[in-house]
Amino acid sequence: MTPRYNFAFLDEDTKRMLRRALLKAVAIPGCQIPFGSREMPLPYGWGTGGIQVTAALLGPDDVLKVIDQGADDTTNAVNIRRFFARVAGIATTERTAEATLIQTRHRIPETPLREDQILVFQVPEPEPLRTLEARETETRTLHALADYGLMHVKLYEDIARYGRIATSYDYPVLVDGRYLTSPSPIPKFDNPKLDHSPALMLFGAGREKRIYAIPPYTRVESVAFEDHPFDVQQWDERCALCGSGESYLDEVVVDDRGTRMFVCSDTDFCSQRTEAQA
Amino acid sequence: MYVAVKGGEQAIARSLELLAEARRGDPAVPELELTQIREQLRLGVARVMQEGSLYDEELAALAIRQAAGDMLEAIFLLRAYRTTLPRFGYTLPLETDGMRVRRRVSGTFKDIPGGQVLGPTADYTQRLLDFDTTPPTATTSAEAPLPAEMPRVLDLLEAEALIEPADADSDPEPLDLTREPLTFPADRATRLQNLARGDEGYLLGLAYSTQRGYAESHPFAGEIRMGEVDVCICPEELGFSIEIGSITVTECQMINQFHGGNGVPPQFTRGYGLSMGEGERKAMSMALVDRALRCDELGETAHAPAQDQEFVLSHSDNVEASGFVQHLKLPHYVDFQAELSLLRTLAKQQAADSGEQPLHAAGGLHA
Repeated sequence: MTPRYNFAFLDEDTKRMLRRALLKAVAIPGCQIPFGSREMPLPYGWGTGGIQVTAALLGPDDVLKVIDQGADDTTNAVNIRRFFARVAGIATTERTAEATLIQTRHRIPETPLREDQILVFQVPEPEPLRTLEARETETRTLHALADYGLMHVKLYEDIARYGRIATSYDYPVLVDGRYLTSPSPIPKFDNPKLDHSPALMLFGAGREKRIYAIPPYTRVESVAFEDHPFDVQQWDERCALCGSGESYLDEVVVDDRGTRMFVCSDTDFCSQRTEAQA
Repeated sequence: MYVAVKGGEQAIARSLELLAEARRGDPAVPELELTQIREQLRLGVARVMQEGSLYDEELAALAIRQAAGDMLEAIFLLRAYRTTLPRFGYTLPLETDGMRVRRRVSGTFKDIPGGQVLGPTADYTQRLLDFDTTPPTATTSAEAPLPAEMPRVLDLLEAEALIEPADADSDPEPLDLTREPLTFPADRATRLQNLARGDEGYLLGLAYSTQRGYAESHPFAGEIRMGEVDVCICPEELGFSIEIGSITVTECQMINQFHGGNGVPPQFTRGYGLSMGEGERKAMSMALVDRALRCDELGETAHAPAQDQEFVLSHSDNVEASGFVQHLKLPHYVDFQAELSLLRTLAKQQAADSGEQPLHAAGGLHA
């Protein structure tokens, strides 16, 4: 642990500011709460929002897991885990079931989460309408009026052009029937895990200076139409390592003839299954 | 047999070793000393202090050395350090009227009270590479010292009511953008704070665009002054202000034509720029962009990027921009897989609709 910095890097006043924003976020599910995002010693866009939320929550007894693309060993996940081990001296784990706090980028673990766990998402763009309306002043008004016609038109245009909704990740959700919310760039495969999750889900966007939350057991619907219901990715293949047919698969190119194999993106889920089979 | 990729931690450790080696260069060459950077690369130090929002030459020099001369990385290092520092208080507004001027020029009057003072400027060098290092020539003292205070050129115009009045006391208490998020619409004090921290290159480009028809700004460099100003604070327990030191700043006051509107008669208007250290390009760019962003207040039609405050202010910070542009290096396997899967579905569907085989076997060969 580095003694020159406060526990978990941030000073206690900053943590208090973050916790206030978090409480507000939990009280208004899916609503983006502006907060005084600090400059972190890691670059913007590399998880500074998630890191600040994690820093505000960590206690000395917490067990932290950090994943990127579902994997514990991707370099940025390793770096964030190293950061907290250094500035907070807390225990870390790669096992989903052992963690009290999980910081993630782009995935929700396959292993079902529990009430005593918190999932912290790194969010690049908290505004689900941003690609449709660049102005913050406009999107804020649209949220205030719950006017999400822009998004419905976008999805409808997809259907008109392609015969289906052509959004495959960062698929917008309606939280508690009120706020249109970005689930962060998780594949839509993970969207059903957001609905009535026993674990608290917190979202931190450091560069955009916004925090939002999906409290436990909150209704989360993926936006769709009655005649074009929401569906998730499916594979004809199974995981080449553990044989799973129900997890999200990464595609790996294994030679220069374009031969592919598919493996679980959630490395902990995969290795647990492989060990159980051995 | 394929095994999941492991070893990220070790790879990072090795990469850090390579970085340290590359940064140091040939160990037979002596390492740069911080005093050398401070003394001989003073303009680089000034830029890092300005955009790093921390006036500390020693730390800026350290950041430049650690970043191997990458100014944006040095700015990032300084910002990440600054954010951990406790706030003892806020200073009183700097009194640039009382600046101990080392340079002061005006593009609007041939001569001005106090005179045109070129000071240490590169403006009239001939940009010929000096192949021979020359020993410094002795400086020549002026016949008389500069006046202790120089009137501002813009005050001369204000006395004649030809320029919009500036009432410093009417300014609202500024927001601290390092503690509060930027929200829109942003008032002028907030905008100036954002521009002060903004990337010099970005502001230069925007400022240039206002001169080329993307916002009619018609600017004149009313006054540019550089020198030392005192920094004062007023601790609550004392109740009176005390001087805690002095810093070098560059201030630019632009004068812009204004045809009148929004109930304001035709008169000159102001654009303001301030930069730590010698930062004339930055201060001038900032002043032009400041003026362009005042379009709403002055009832001007806003049609150019430099007049759009959401556009200008949201993208000015090079630490934010650099991080987000470069985050594309991070793995996006999961999202990319989702897009691949979608494209294959669409291709299959199109092939089925047209009764043809898709050009490629979707998903390629399988191991």
